[in-house]
Amino acid sequence: MSSVIEAESLTKEFDGLVAVDHINLSVKEGEVLGFLGVNGCGKTTAMMMLATALNPSSGIATVCGYDIIKERDKVRESIGVVFQRLSLDVNLTGRENLDFHARMYHLDRKTREERVSHVLGLVGLRSKQDMLVKHYSGGMQRKLEVARGMINYPKVLFLDEPTLGLDVQTRRVLWDYAKKLNGEFGISILLNTHYIEEADYLCDRIAILEQGKIVIVDTPAGLKDSVGDSLLSVKLSQGSSDELTKLLGQVDWVKKVDQCDGWLELSVENGGKKIPEVVRLAQERDFVVSSISEHKPTLEDAFLWYTGKAIREDKGDINELRKTRRVRR
Amino acid sequence: MQAVKVTTLVDPLPIYTMWLRQIKRFLRMKARLASSILMPFLFLAFLGLPLSFMPAREIPGMPEGVNFLDFLAPGIVGMTLLFAGTMSGASVIWDKEFGFLKEVLVAPVNRFSIILGRSLGGMTTAIIQALIIVAIAVAMGVKISSVSGFFLSIVFMILTCATFTGFGLILATKLGDTEGFMSIMNLIIMPIFFLSGAFFPLAAMPAGVGYIMYVNPLTYGVDGLRGTLVGAATFPLWLDFVVLLVLSVVLASLGAYFFSRMEA
Repeated sequence: MSSVIEAESLTKEFDGLVAVDHINLSVKEGEVLGFLGVNGCGKTTAMMMLATALNPSSGIATVCGYDIIKERDKVRESIGVVFQRLSLDVNLTGRENLDFHARMYHLDRKTREERVSHVLGLVGLRSKQDMLVKHYSGGMQRKLEVARGMINYPKVLFLDEPTLGLDVQTRRVLWDYAKKLNGEFGISILLNTHYIEEADYLCDRIAILEQGKIVIVDTPAGLKDSVGDSLLSVKLSQGSSDELTKLLGQVDWVKKVDQCDGWLELSVENGGKKIPEVVRLAQERDFVVSSISEHKPTLEDAFLWYTGKAIREDKGDINELRKTRRVRR
Repeated sequence: MQAVKVTTLVDPLPIYTMWLRQIKRFLRMKARLASSILMPFLFLAFLGLPLSFMPAREIPGMPEGVNFLDFLAPGIVGMTLLFAGTMSGASVIWDKEFGFLKEVLVAPVNRFSIILGRSLGGMTTAIIQALIIVAIAVAMGVKISSVSGFFLSIVFMILTCATFTGFGLILATKLGDTEGFMSIMNLIIMPIFFLSGAFFPLAAMPAGVGYIMYVNPLTYGVDGLRGTLVGAATFPLWLDFVVLLVLSVVLASLGAYFFSRMEA
């Protein structure tokens, strides 16, 4: 399979701040690739460069074989973009917005009418087409934007956090729509998201981004496996977590120990059987374990695992995420 | 910047589309149209009309054969073009703020066509407003000097409007965000209006102020409109025409250039 997106050392700086730091990327034809990362990790900037809305500071990239700088208009003809923030003219009707867009892509009147009706039908907005967009709900506006991104029958669709702020039902509808576009029409999709379940559900491969760099690219299953067979969460009521971390780090069946918010996270094989082992080891050194549990690694664990590698101090978002995860369990 | 071929620089369908969008929005916002007509109307009805009963020769520098309403009407038409033209250019900032610009900028259309269509749309609506003011003035008793003068005045309307559309675009692309944008606009636009000779003849102004008026584009717009509509210009018409032509080309090109360098 040939690739529809190739990026080499793509970089964007804003006044000395490096938003995207020398990323290399290859998206195969028909693939759904997700950029997963916290807010401010550079995923929007990276996508906007590939969608020709921003000029890279350095590096090169091609979309559908066209250079994103030198053959900008060719790239633009081959892509559809759904922006993170609303980009409709709210003083025009739904149909007018799409018709407007179709004209910008030089489609003739007949083709315009056919395609506009077609995509409106796909997202179920045909009955609302003559309403002004300012009277649409947030979900309807989002659906209209996805429909608009399809008017030029793009080879690659860029979705920048398409379900941000939407209710569960609408999110489902958009996910299924994206799946359909990918499955039935063979459209490759680059998806930006910070919703882990969205990435898990839609993506063939996920690129985890942190501080403008791609930390790892793998399939959702591959990412989960790479964390280990199972995870043990341990909390102490007596003794220092730091010392136990050090101690367990020396044990050969512990693949990795991570510490956050008073909890220890161990990656091990066959976790259930290791629980008594951990408790015994702890007791021998006068630690008191107040809580211990085992679970299968999720994509969220993998995400935290990889993004946790960087320095903790300025990882407010990550620690927040970890905290909310504890509450959920 | 990518090299732009001349053949793709003017792209008719997108130009027409951008133009149509501006017209549709204009026609739908009836409240805004009403409010943009109201102020010029009030000036004419409550300043121009009462003062037209005063002997015109008591105002220094007042041209022969016109009363104050005749004198004021082209000034108010100029004011309408100043406000509507600047807003038409500056409203790019709202397109940016509301995200609409992004969608336009990633379409396979060169930026010059986008801004050309958009500006032409804005100018069309501004000139419609100006013509409504002319009609109101005529209804109040202003005598248009000649038919050819009226048609010539449309040329001056276009040039004045293009000048301030370009000016508005430059402001919008350079200032960048909507925060405090309106107050900055008023800070610049109001002096342009009052220092244009729209209300009183240049000769009635203190000496120092006169010099400022000579460098004000609107002075030439108002004077050209006055010459063509009521036949009472201060400068020769060709001078008004040349000054406005140069200014409109320079400002509109500069505005289009800044726009083309904007990142979505």
